[in-house]
Amino acid sequence: MSLNTETNSYGGGFATPPVDAANAFRAAMNAMARPGTVQDILGAEPPAGISPAAGCLLLTLCDPETGVYLAQDVDSAPLRSWLAFHTGAPIVAAEQADFALGSWTDLMPLEQYRVGTSEYPDRSATLIVEIAEFTAPNATLTGPGIMDRAGLALPDIAACQANALQFPLGVDFFFTSGCQLAALPRSTKIMAKD
Amino acid sequence: MKTEITVAARKTWLSLLAQADEGELTQLWSDFDHDPSFDWLRPPEVGGVMVRGRMGSVGAPFNLGEMTVTRCALTLADGTVGHGYVQGRSKPKAEIAAKVDALMQTAAAIDLRQAVLEALQQARQTRKEARAAKAAATKVEFFTMVRGED
Repeated sequence: MSLNTETNSYGGGFATPPVDAANAFRAAMNAMARPGTVQDILGAEPPAGISPAAGCLLLTLCDPETGVYLAQDVDSAPLRSWLAFHTGAPIVAAEQADFALGSWTDLMPLEQYRVGTSEYPDRSATLIVEIAEFTAPNATLTGPGIMDRAGLALPDIAACQANALQFPLGVDFFFTSGCQLAALPRSTKIMAKD
Repeated sequence: MKTEITVAARKTWLSLLAQADEGELTQLWSDFDHDPSFDWLRPPEVGGVMVRGRMGSVGAPFNLGEMTVTRCALTLADGTVGHGYVQGRSKPKAEIAAKVDALMQTAAAIDLRQAVLEALQQARQTRKEARAAKAAATKVEFFTMVRGED
């Protein structure tokens, strides 16, 4: 499928939606289940400004019932229309968002996102954080889904630790770069690497 | 690509295409004989939509029932985007509807309106009148006789 993104921003969806979405969901699920591992995720070509991995995640996870918050650095008219055409997800403020997309600095402060309630801890936001690349780990991770210990490069260790302390409340993170993603659920314990 | 298309005008032709008879539309489209090259944005897919109504157009909305809809979206070589949403399960019909929608936004609009849309409009009018005539034939007039009691 050739793209004509100069004149419209609707191209670049999944070529075979059922198969591609299932593969992307598997990658996202494996990343969440095994924090710190880096998974490949392919299939979407989103408008300029966000990575293919983030585009795949949005196509896979969003629908008309999930509010999406676009941070300042990724918010653009082409991305909004692309998201509306493929998923129908409404664009909402950070306080109501089910998913938030952007770079770490533009997504902050972390306190503005929903962390769920004691009765419904699942009513919380999932942050899709765009990073330049997966660099050498600066944090050691332990907890559910991690056999011994795992490592991941986190943008702000103190903020992530504060989020993990709220467990079972809190937000979950996906980190995306190019066609790869890693995840950090709220259940993971984080220690700074010395 | 023309940009001075009103929402109402586009609604009108999309409505005509959505309700058109498939055989009729296919015939008109092949007679028009101008098949543009295009790329799929969304290949034809069949799904259901909930049709909602309001009693007397003013009451609270209620669910009338589900209906089957086929939709697709495509883009022409110049970037014009056409959407096709049609009743039923026919993917070729949705494809033609999307192509007509796209071409109606280009310079081909005047020819296309004459060749396809006006014929569809006429067919819809005929169907509507036939139905109204059939209903009118079964109309029963009630009137009260004056009873000769005094």
